[in-house]
Amino acid sequence: MLKFIVSRFFQGLLALFCVLTLTFFLSRFAPGSPYTDEKQIPLHIREQMKEQMGLGDSIVVQWAKSMVDAATGFQGPSWGNSGFSVREVIGQAFPVSISVGLSGLFIALGIGVPAGVLAAAKRNTKIDYSLMSIALLGICLPTFVIGPIFAAIFGFQLQWFSAVGWNQPTDFLLPSLVLGLYYGAYIARLTRSGMLDTLSADFIRTARAKGLPEWRVMIIHALRGGLLPVVNYLGPAFSALITGSFVVESIFGLPGLGTHFINAAKNRDYNLIQGTVCVFAILILTLNFVADLLQAVLNPRLRNVSETAD
Amino acid sequence: MLPRCSALRTNQQGWFIERTLLIRFATLALFTVFVSSCGRTNLVEEATEGKVLLLANGAEPRSCDPHLVQSVGDSNIMRALFEGLVTFHISEDDTAAPGVAERWEPNEDFSVWTFYLREDAKWSNGEPITAHDFAYSYERVLTPELASPYASMLFPLQGAEEFNKGETDDFSTVGVKVIDDRTLELSLIGPMDYFPEVLKHTTWLPVPKETIEKFGKMTDRYTDWQRPGNHVGNGPFVLKSWRINHSLTVEPNSHYWDRETVKLNEIRFIPIPNEYTEERAFRDSRLHYTYTMPNNMIAWYRENQPHLLRTEPYAGSYFYRFNVNEPPMNDPKVRKALTLAIDREAIVKNVTQGGQEPSFGFTPPFKGVYEPPKMVEFNPGKARELLAEAGYPNGEGFPGFQILINTQEAHRTVAETIQAMWKEHLGIDNVTINNQEWKVFQQTLHDLNYEVARSGWIGDYVHPMTFLTMWQTDDTNNETGWSNAEYDRLIREAFEAADPAVRQEKMFAAEKILLDELPIAPIYWYTRVYLLHPDVKNWNPKVLDNRPFKHVDLIDSGPAYQ
Repeated sequence: MLKFIVSRFFQGLLALFCVLTLTFFLSRFAPGSPYTDEKQIPLHIREQMKEQMGLGDSIVVQWAKSMVDAATGFQGPSWGNSGFSVREVIGQAFPVSISVGLSGLFIALGIGVPAGVLAAAKRNTKIDYSLMSIALLGICLPTFVIGPIFAAIFGFQLQWFSAVGWNQPTDFLLPSLVLGLYYGAYIARLTRSGMLDTLSADFIRTARAKGLPEWRVMIIHALRGGLLPVVNYLGPAFSALITGSFVVESIFGLPGLGTHFINAAKNRDYNLIQGTVCVFAILILTLNFVADLLQAVLNPRLRNVSETAD
Repeated sequence: MLPRCSALRTNQQGWFIERTLLIRFATLALFTVFVSSCGRTNLVEEATEGKVLLLANGAEPRSCDPHLVQSVGDSNIMRALFEGLVTFHISEDDTAAPGVAERWEPNEDFSVWTFYLREDAKWSNGEPITAHDFAYSYERVLTPELASPYASMLFPLQGAEEFNKGETDDFSTVGVKVIDDRTLELSLIGPMDYFPEVLKHTTWLPVPKETIEKFGKMTDRYTDWQRPGNHVGNGPFVLKSWRINHSLTVEPNSHYWDRETVKLNEIRFIPIPNEYTEERAFRDSRLHYTYTMPNNMIAWYRENQPHLLRTEPYAGSYFYRFNVNEPPMNDPKVRKALTLAIDREAIVKNVTQGGQEPSFGFTPPFKGVYEPPKMVEFNPGKARELLAEAGYPNGEGFPGFQILINTQEAHRTVAETIQAMWKEHLGIDNVTINNQEWKVFQQTLHDLNYEVARSGWIGDYVHPMTFLTMWQTDDTNNETGWSNAEYDRLIREAFEAADPAVRQEKMFAAEKILLDELPIAPIYWYTRVYLLHPDVKNWNPKVLDNRPFKHVDLIDSGPAYQ
């Protein structure tokens, strides 16, 4: 097991290095620069700006500097946010994205898993069909449609939440609900199919034959296997919840990381591009790793394989 | 199996209990949410009471250094934090109100200006502001290493351009003379009766030497002096807090000379780049003022809530550039035909809908100062004739070309409308629309790698010169490849003319050349369309959107929506 963890760690580092290098070169090769704007800046001023931003060096030197900056925790300035380092910009935005993303994930699981289990238990009944139709609707409706509708209902009509803004402690709820619904719908479908697979397995028949109550069969025996596809999906889903929240951040006016991810690229704020990409890469790598570990815990067969491999 | 489960033997009973438990948990969760959200406040009401102005301000501010900012939103913040020699009048556009200078006088040909600084002008740390501070600030802007993007705003000063281009590093060659602590003399390269207007621009604002050099060199761009706690200004307000993409707040400056006039306790500049989100925030009582407005909601507000909607003239011109180096756009007849075939009235009425003015020239009319020649019109008959003369009767054989736009829905709809007009009136049916992301778009424009490109220009100060100098040969903002020696001469003469009437004539003659050769197709003059809460007082229309915040007040006037 330890060997597995260590090897995954070094694989992750290598992947991170490749991602950052690729991002560096892609962002430099994109047309335009941090100082192109509508009112053209005279040539001699542009040269000076290049000098101040360290863009006068050769591309290899710039790349090396950017790697050192990444290794030392992004202390370099964000050009789009004068007076702030990339580290601070990310430090301010990350908690927002995490709290919205995490509660979005809980909402997704809280809705998706029970709905999936219920649909599987009542397979091919009206309950199953209606739950799965709602789930399909949830998957099809994009957040930029649901977002404003929810803001109108819960904000303007019912007056429960703020329609926009990040000022009160409850302001994370509406955006996480909008974010969570889509993933909840997907998780419901995954749970249902996972449960159905497991329910047809022999050990379930044995459990039922032993006279176990149905709820025990479902929750204790079937769910463990039935959740495997969901766990597989959690890593990518959680990173997508955090990275993909640009639309939700823009709809609800949240100071999150998704906005920086997009704006850094738009402003050609090279330092911030590296910083945000790095955060997301680490997030995805870690979550995939955690999902793999969880798989091993939930699936005894997999655990045995890794143990014999050790 | 386990004893505690024995009571739940039958399947149905088990499900039942499980379900009630679930329902109970769900109800509890919902209830908690409900109770915790009952504290939802009406921010605007509270804010008005506490005299806190909630302003949406477009994109996130990129800097708090007046010598480095570029956008309109950023200069709004600079106007709260700093004050120049002269400042903005509460309601008039072409009048300068006294700022740090209590009075000023030009020599008889307007080429040397003397400013007398008030005794009680202080930095927000209590230090007095002297003429030396202004000299230092101008030196900083013009020092090439700072790379101030708007340094050219100071080029009317004698020797400024040479100094900024690094031809000399002796600042005493620049026309800035400190006569004593409270007297500053500025010598210009030519007569400029409108110099106080130019002085209102952010690049002319003073910066505190001591603070800047505490955190780095004079010319370092990214130092910590711009942060709350470190920042020192001299405006009616001081920087209180700054959270990226959330808000930047300012509070009254207790050392400001005119602090009696300041009525607000705080201004919160809130960056909301999405105009629909902004409208929702306003509707949700989270804002006193929106920065802009979605086009497709204007009609609804005009119909239902007209008292909230503001439509004001704005000194900006929306136009298309032609790349005059490339055939067929190198033929003035073709450019004229394309320009005459645009029905501006229809665009303004049906597409943009924000009360914009269809342009008849390039420079927007400045009330009482300048009226551009009326040369741009919608005349499809004449357009067809010109196109035939250019060798393309009924558009036959006209080579295909692209309209280049930056990615934005509003620009696309205008481009599609113009595309349809060119097809209908000229028979040109092979026009395509190409959209590019902002920075790529700017680069393409700069490289003259386009045929027709959408453009916009907002004046830097209230004077036609800010619209006309850019069409001189080799001006970095020309970007059409167009060059006309006569035009260059007239602009130079206008610049050198001491008599405003003569300057007027020269500018008018120059614009006539521009509109005759048409390296551009003017489309409309901008308006500012936004929502304003009735609580906001002393908020007057300004053609450059530059209201002095010290006069703005908040008085409860009931709910916004009726």
